[in-house]
Amino acid sequence: MSVDADAAPADIAATVAALFRRDSRKVLATLIRLLGDFDLAEEAMQDAFRAAVEQWPRDGIPANPVPWLVSAGRFKAIDGIRRRARFDAIDEAGDVATAVEAIPDSAARWDEGEEIADDPLRLIFTCCHPSLSADAQVALTLREISGLTTEEIARAFLAPPATLAQRIVRAKAKIRAARIPYKVPEARELGERLASVLRVIYLVFNEGYSASAGASLTRADLSAEAIRLGRLVVELLPEREVMGLLALMLLQESRRAARTGPNGELVTLEAQDRTLWNRAQIDEGVAWVERALAAEPTPTSRGAAAPARRDSPAVRFGPYALQAAIAAVHASAASAEATDWAEIVGLYDVLVRLQPTAVVALNRAVAVAMRDGPAAGLPLIETLLADGQLQDYHLAHAARADICRRLGRHADARASYQRALSLVRQEPEREFLAARLRDLPPDVDPVRRRSTSPVILFKDDR
Amino acid sequence: MKYLCLVYLEPDKLHAVPDSECLAASERLRAEGRVVAAEALHPVHTATTLRLRDGALTMTDGPFAETKEQLAGFYLFDAADLDEAVALAARIPPVRTGSIEVRPVRDLDPTP
Repeated sequence: MSVDADAAPADIAATVAALFRRDSRKVLATLIRLLGDFDLAEEAMQDAFRAAVEQWPRDGIPANPVPWLVSAGRFKAIDGIRRRARFDAIDEAGDVATAVEAIPDSAARWDEGEEIADDPLRLIFTCCHPSLSADAQVALTLREISGLTTEEIARAFLAPPATLAQRIVRAKAKIRAARIPYKVPEARELGERLASVLRVIYLVFNEGYSASAGASLTRADLSAEAIRLGRLVVELLPEREVMGLLALMLLQESRRAARTGPNGELVTLEAQDRTLWNRAQIDEGVAWVERALAAEPTPTSRGAAAPARRDSPAVRFGPYALQAAIAAVHASAASAEATDWAEIVGLYDVLVRLQPTAVVALNRAVAVAMRDGPAAGLPLIETLLADGQLQDYHLAHAARADICRRLGRHADARASYQRALSLVRQEPEREFLAARLRDLPPDVDPVRRRSTSPVILFKDDR
Repeated sequence: MKYLCLVYLEPDKLHAVPDSECLAASERLRAEGRVVAAEALHPVHTATTLRLRDGALTMTDGPFAETKEQLAGFYLFDAADLDEAVALAARIPPVRTGSIEVRPVRDLDPTP
């Protein structure tokens, strides 16, 4: 087993540190399955890496460090259970024997290789179980899968560490008490459960993306972490919607440098300096969109388990892949004027069918206004506003304001900008809308149409 | 592991699902051997709430708390985990008209 007995202790410490960064969550995921408890597994995982630092300088680095660490963690946990039992009443000795015997031996199973490969997925699906609140799913995912500390999560979400800690403790207590299973969902429920996982990842991404100046550093890290999680899930479960979400995040992230000006002010998609867009992220995002929307299911690396899952609803593309496709059209346009709005409207037509929400319909209306002119978009937006659902959504009023402005209906534009301003909550967006309002010419003569270039603000703009 | 599934309904929806349908669903679930106990309850205005304080037993008419949705019945299931319990609970017909709270049953701690 020992392949490198001569390595210096310092080298070994560095190797263990690198292994910890790369594989500690894998080891944890398997230990949770073997020990059936998050806290016990966390402790055992830490003990296993400590044992590696102590033993590897003497015994050499094992050829397969991950199984070694899992096995060491399992033994440490059993040790711990026995040690604690010695302090307890004698009649509980039987319980201890049962508890120890109940811990499966990771080497005893012939199919253990596949079991271990699935453990990170089990962990993801458990952390994102729909019976946990959305807040708890996000906190648990960042704690257990990303390995962030409670303090780091609290800072990123601008929440007190005690609140975050309690949220995580409660979620783990519910997993234990209600016995939330540690498993990859079966094919028939995979679509729904995967949607929950993707929602958590996108929430993390948006938390890091919608913030602007100030605490922007840690929050940009959140977007990077969401993309890392997306890559992890794509690797474990190459379903179309996972590829779609990864693509969507990469394409949105590619515009990060361009979407704020020197003073943190919002720069809309149309006005962005496209040379600041990150080409590598765009290329990767576009490649994932193409795979997500490809006619044939992409071959998976999951071996025998894949065919069953390939028939599940999750293999169809959905809202994430479509939103990514829309972002890809924007990303592929050399300039705002060169954008293929007909293609974007076509994609929104499909998206509206899959996700018939007022916000999607609003974005489609804005795209129609870009393709066919503001006069074609205005009745669509006004119908949506009349339906009532978007009355309190500032971007709906901002969209109407912009279209009215382009039509020279400045009084209507002013009223809508004011309504949008009364609803907006993000500072850069407020400043953007206030500037648009200031730029409106006085309502003297509606025939004198000044600006015709679109300055719209909608959800994809950020 | 046992899960108690509490069926909550708004008073005007108590009979939205016919008894015969509830009975049929309950018989199917019982036939699968997963039901430990299951009963439907009379409306809350038939309830009596008890309290023993300082040796005196007091009785109050009605439920402990007035809520929009009221407890209308329960199932006690035997299930391997929450996913299984949820799959069973989703087959209780009033899930369409009311809501079902799934609570894991705990063991009492015998140490004094």
